[in-house]
Amino acid sequence: MNINWANVFDIMSLVKCFVVGGIICIIGQILIDKTKLTPARILVLFVTLGAVLGGLGIYQYLVDFAGCGATVPLTGFGNNLAKGAIEGVSQSGLLGAFTGGVKASAGGIASAVLFGYLASLIAKPKMKKQ
Amino acid sequence: MDNPTESQEAYKKYVDKKSPNSPILKNCFNAFWVGGLICTIGQIIFNICQERQMDTTTSSTIVSIILIGISAFLTGLNIFNKIGKFAGAGSLVPITGFANSIVSPAMEYKSEGYVMGVGSKMFTVAGPVLVFGISASIIVGIVYLIFNTQAITLV
Amino acid sequence: MEKVGKQTIKFNAPPTILECSTIVGPKEGQGPLAKYFDQCLTDEFWGEETWEKAESKIVKETINSVINKSGVATADIDYCFAGDLLNQCISSSFAVRDSNMPFFGVFGACSTFVEGMSLAAILTESVANNVLCATSSHFCSAEKQFRFPLELGNQRPPTSQWTVTGSGAAIISKNGKGPYITHITTGKIVDKGISDANNMGAAMTPAFIDTLTTHFADTGRKPSYYDLILSGDLGYVGKDIAIDLAKTNGYNIKSNYNDCGVLIFDKNAQDTHSGGSGCACCGSVFSGYIFNQLKTGKLKKVLLIATGALMNSMSVQQGETIPGIAHAISIEV
Repeated sequence: MNINWANVFDIMSLVKCFVVGGIICIIGQILIDKTKLTPARILVLFVTLGAVLGGLGIYQYLVDFAGCGATVPLTGFGNNLAKGAIEGVSQSGLLGAFTGGVKASAGGIASAVLFGYLASLIAKPKMKKQ
Repeated sequence: MDNPTESQEAYKKYVDKKSPNSPILKNCFNAFWVGGLICTIGQIIFNICQERQMDTTTSSTIVSIILIGISAFLTGLNIFNKIGKFAGAGSLVPITGFANSIVSPAMEYKSEGYVMGVGSKMFTVAGPVLVFGISASIIVGIVYLIFNTQAITLV
Repeated sequence: MEKVGKQTIKFNAPPTILECSTIVGPKEGQGPLAKYFDQCLTDEFWGEETWEKAESKIVKETINSVINKSGVATADIDYCFAGDLLNQCISSSFAVRDSNMPFFGVFGACSTFVEGMSLAAILTESVANNVLCATSSHFCSAEKQFRFPLELGNQRPPTSQWTVTGSGAAIISKNGKGPYITHITTGKIVDKGISDANNMGAAMTPAFIDTLTTHFADTGRKPSYYDLILSGDLGYVGKDIAIDLAKTNGYNIKSNYNDCGVLIFDKNAQDTHSGGSGCACCGSVFSGYIFNQLKTGKLKKVLLIATGALMNSMSVQQGETIPGIAHAISIEV
């Protein structure tokens, strides 16, 4: 299969992705520095916000515009969960609300668990040098 | 000069004034470019998947798995915490931060065994993300079921 | 031994600090006080499997080292006071378990070292000849218990302090040629409503000021009586506040006051933000640096005030404020 590398490195799509992804991270950084929220709370906030915006259909506009700039931050993870739940409902009603979200993000969750376990087998925590 | 220890409120205000603030501009700049770079790496992987005729959902999942894999690998090599210290939210907010928050306690609590250490402590930081994310998605699904029988979203 | 004022004991036959010893971790070994420490480790694990085992080994070896240096036989140690930061003080009790010394486990968070020395001094005035005091902390075990996994990519706020890896131990004896413990001032718990666990210095400073002013009121001394007034681990933020608050209480301590957390690290080169903290901060700086200065006569009168934050990770999550405590001992050659 031939890959058209000009499409892969399409400058416009990469710049939009870089800027939007960066701005979402800046919002997180301001929250960290100004509110003393712990990392876990920041992650929860972003994933919930993503799910709500996804449920309202707003987040999809950002995804269409910025691609991975919107899907890679945790808000994208939340959006993915919500989108999955909505798709699940369209396909199988109430049951879909329970299965759809996790199904849509199963790849991420399962791989994080497996990689976490593997890393604990092989690696050892080390003192921070700084 | 007033005595700032007279009341708890006064002392809290006084301490806030005395405590140094985080270098927010520098932190935001680093968060911006590292976060943007991580997303861009994701976009490149995504574009390659698209060129290989994969659909959007599959491509996104592959992006997530690869970024999570890289993040787990860097955490295992004791490198991710240095990136995180430098970039702050830049590496925390992308999916890489989620992966790091699962892998780092797994490594840390290995000394308490594989079941009660790695197995249960793996979710000390990331557990809430799943709890709130999944719960929110179910609620979104149910709300959608009630208010939108047609396939249009709320907006 | 007699009580003077509200909270101070004056020793009529002052006990001697016979010998001190300290072992510290690699980061402390790169700091400005490195040459005063008995041993600087090159590896935080020190060949052990876990951080907790490593911390225990550091305490055990420090105790062995101080006993060897002092020439007192282990059998002649009447009591041992030790404590640390890990849940139920396991580093200390595991370190002492094979030593056959009568053992009192003490907890005063980072004030433990001076709490132990205070109690030891009281005992030597009554029934004991030699009492051993030890304390320890370990950056990695403390992070694991109180904060986040080491590999988590988070940022430390500028008010946060760096837990010192190491242990300090001292032998207090009834007879000796000094340095003498002449007074102890036992602190009250003071809570001014700080709940930010990343700003311990600010949480503990009111307790420091309370003990400092009480000590001066009880003994009738002035700050200028001492060559050095040394707090345990208030860090840069706390030191700044302490000088300020002492001034509002009518004491100018600017010229002869310092903090162990400020002394132990090079702030800029070692990126330790507000400075060092932990039981071993005061323990190692006193046992290494200050004891040396007293022995060589460079310092003659020192007021050591160790400060502790009496909280745990659960109380912080439940939104409790952080009570502080500070214990003072006056050491004179």
